[in-house]
Amino acid sequence: MPSRRGFLIAMVGAGVVLGFPRSGVAAVNLPSSASEATSAAADLFEPTIWYGVDRSGVVTVNIIRAEMGQHVGTALARIVADELEADWTKVRIVHVDSDPKWGLMVTGGSWSVWQSFPILSQAGAAGRIALTQEGARLLGVKPEDCTARNGAVVAGAKSIAYGDIVAQGNLHRTYTPEQLQEVSIKSPAERRLIGRDTIAIDVPAKTDGEARYGIDAVVDGMIYARPKVPPTRNDSKVLSIDDSAAKNVAGYIRSVALDDPSGTAPGWVMVYANSFVAADRAADLVKVAWSSGEAAHVSEQDLQRHAADLIAKPGGARVVEDAGVDAAFAAAKSTVERSYTTSTVMHFQLEPINGLAFERDGIFEIHTGNQWQSLILPVLAQALGRSQDSIVLRSYLLGGGFGRRLDGDYAVPAALAAKAVGRPVKMVCTRPDDMRFDCPRSPSVQLLRMAFGDGGKVTAMEHHAAAGWPTAVMAPSFMSKDAAGVPYDPFAINGANHWYSVGAQRVRALRNDLADRSFRPGWLRSVGPGWTNWALESFMDEAARIAGLDPVTFRLRLLDGAGRNAGSAPSAVGGARRQAAVLMRAAQKAGWGGALPKDTGLGVATSFGQERDMPTWVACVARVRVDRASGGVTVERLTLVVDAGTIIHPDSAQAQVEGAALWGLSMALHEGSEFVNGQPKDTNLDTYTPLRMGDVPEVEVELLASTEAPVGLGEPATTVVAPAIGNAIFAATGARLRHIPIRAEAVRQALAKGDAP
Amino acid sequence: MTTFDLNGRTVSVRSPDDTPLLWVIRDELGLTGTKFGCGIGLCGACTMHVEGRATRSCVTAVGAVAGARITTIEGLDPEGRHPLQSAWIELQVPQCGYCQPGQIMQAASLLQDYPDPTDQDINAVMAGNLCRCMAYVRIRKAIKLAATRMRSSP
Repeated sequence: MPSRRGFLIAMVGAGVVLGFPRSGVAAVNLPSSASEATSAAADLFEPTIWYGVDRSGVVTVNIIRAEMGQHVGTALARIVADELEADWTKVRIVHVDSDPKWGLMVTGGSWSVWQSFPILSQAGAAGRIALTQEGARLLGVKPEDCTARNGAVVAGAKSIAYGDIVAQGNLHRTYTPEQLQEVSIKSPAERRLIGRDTIAIDVPAKTDGEARYGIDAVVDGMIYARPKVPPTRNDSKVLSIDDSAAKNVAGYIRSVALDDPSGTAPGWVMVYANSFVAADRAADLVKVAWSSGEAAHVSEQDLQRHAADLIAKPGGARVVEDAGVDAAFAAAKSTVERSYTTSTVMHFQLEPINGLAFERDGIFEIHTGNQWQSLILPVLAQALGRSQDSIVLRSYLLGGGFGRRLDGDYAVPAALAAKAVGRPVKMVCTRPDDMRFDCPRSPSVQLLRMAFGDGGKVTAMEHHAAAGWPTAVMAPSFMSKDAAGVPYDPFAINGANHWYSVGAQRVRALRNDLADRSFRPGWLRSVGPGWTNWALESFMDEAARIAGLDPVTFRLRLLDGAGRNAGSAPSAVGGARRQAAVLMRAAQKAGWGGALPKDTGLGVATSFGQERDMPTWVACVARVRVDRASGGVTVERLTLVVDAGTIIHPDSAQAQVEGAALWGLSMALHEGSEFVNGQPKDTNLDTYTPLRMGDVPEVEVELLASTEAPVGLGEPATTVVAPAIGNAIFAATGARLRHIPIRAEAVRQALAKGDAP
Repeated sequence: MTTFDLNGRTVSVRSPDDTPLLWVIRDELGLTGTKFGCGIGLCGACTMHVEGRATRSCVTAVGAVAGARITTIEGLDPEGRHPLQSAWIELQVPQCGYCQPGQIMQAASLLQDYPDPTDQDINAVMAGNLCRCMAYVRIRKAIKLAATRMRSSP
């Protein structure tokens, strides 16, 4: 597979066929773009694989990222169009199908804009330069006398539209990837689309029923299937199938135990019928006997006990291991040590997993929403026993991603279901099927320690975290190694390697192997920082109070930008000083230090988002009120300040922060599940209770103006909310909570304990 | 065979009487704007109007709507520009968008009953509609914007 930068940029004119088959651009999910995105290659100016300009001047940008609510296509198209000096009203987007030519296809990690900005900017600029030169020639003027603006090349009173340049011109110039990298992009002051609002291209179709999600896919001659999901994720085997009762369901066809050479869906039985309703009802009546592995007896308590045992023992990866940690603790005037835990969390993306699969013209097609095509294609190849180049994932809108669809496992049983009966099959999971096959956020246990020296100076800190490792299970090539070569899942420990200057620091990551064997731990919005930042920012609050300092003041002293926390180009310029800035701004906006009613408190938390080399600086102040009698916690207001560098599409950025913050609130107070006998206890909304309208607080978001590199926005605001709430509960009542979700009963117990710092 | 009015058109369907209306409309009639979320009437993604009332179609048997007037998101406004839909676009309410047809249909019912809804009215009536992207702040804002416009131009 070529690297992201490994494509050749070819400037070719009308009539020259490019090396990229049009069949690779086939997604039909945004009606506004699809009809105009089908121009023949010969009529297009395609300076790179990333976009084409047709003879009417329509610019179609190829989006390799999944649309799951971020309006990512709009942001990416704005980047291209700004440099291209395109007429925005003529810009369209296409969410492309899987094809090796796109390189790594993944939508996660809050990476999309960050990863794509340099390459799409330069691709846009290259197109502008080529169009300007050819436009100048057609106008009979010098290129240096021309300006490209709003989809036309202008020289004084003369001008020619891009579409006319494509139609009349003779564009042939080739850039090597190195030359493309040398194309300079505009200064921030010259930007005309970036940083300005527009209605996101995907939005109108999401209000009138036109938007097409995976669950809406159809093909002639398809039948339906609903699975019987086995009792454990791993090691289940089908012993027998009894479908005698199902035969009374009109439309029932048959039941088949899937043979999955990839081991993705072991023990799955597919129940086929001529409608979903018939498949659903028949599946309820099909009796399957399974043999299952040890996970059938594993509980949440087992998982947490195992994690705590791991922390108590040596081992794991030393993600940060400064010299002198043990010496500093030995010499400390005082130390503080606390443990924090988090429960299993379910994705509950609203569109249950599904997939339509069939073979056509030697190509196996899978129609479904997916966040990481490059990860699941090799698995599908193994499952189906055919080469990757004969499998295509067709792109659809995602009815929620949140990391659930980074794991494309559901495409495997859908494909195998079609293969097993030799005809198109649409697999739809019910909500309980979806939940039982989810890759939940692993429960976690963490231990944090801090050493104080003379004058209360922080001299050392340790952070030990044990959890299931999604990357170890699903994407081993993305694992990291510590200095001693010990592998670890960076996504499961990120956040613990924070930007506070704490003297000698140790961060130790431990793989909860029992979790990894018992279920499939998933990447869930923010992944590791979802638990590491809960522990870190709760602990910072506790440490501040022990040090006798205001929690904001304490943090600001440690966010000094010294040493490795100074930050560096390309994406972390300014380092910890930018984190200090968002923290100060959030405190100021929220009225930090002001008088509050009884049992009401403000709590603060901050974060650098997902990864140290792509920091998104976030701070949150939560204002909560605690009902001492019931233990009920009401979040009245969330104030968030974010520095994400250059903001491409401000309104979408704002929406991502709003949604992420409310996810954080939902996980802090309303969600959380537990494993019982190897299964998540909650499989539908009767017992799983994400945040609803009536519990939504006032949410205030400020995005700081910046011209630094654009970084991620989908996840970072998620992780500050729970610790801000926990810290606010302490501020309001003196009760310290060290587990999420925070339940009323735990608040009552903490109040009764009178838990002092 | 059940006959009913769908978005102003009379339709007859062959699905058995006990088939949930949601699947009849999605799979037999091919209108896929209405979504499947939980199957037990608790997420609101399947909300459509039966005789003008917001109804959870995943738990409504098609046999129960014989002769009734049914409106789905596709039929709320001929141009897709009901004041709620316009407000939804203007305030960029949808994120993933999957719940939004249900939210909009529920909100349309809300505004029939409460032309000038308070926050408490919105909380009460919209409580049954889960937005997993948590776009609630904007849903509330858009309902109020649409309500204002509908009151000023009835």
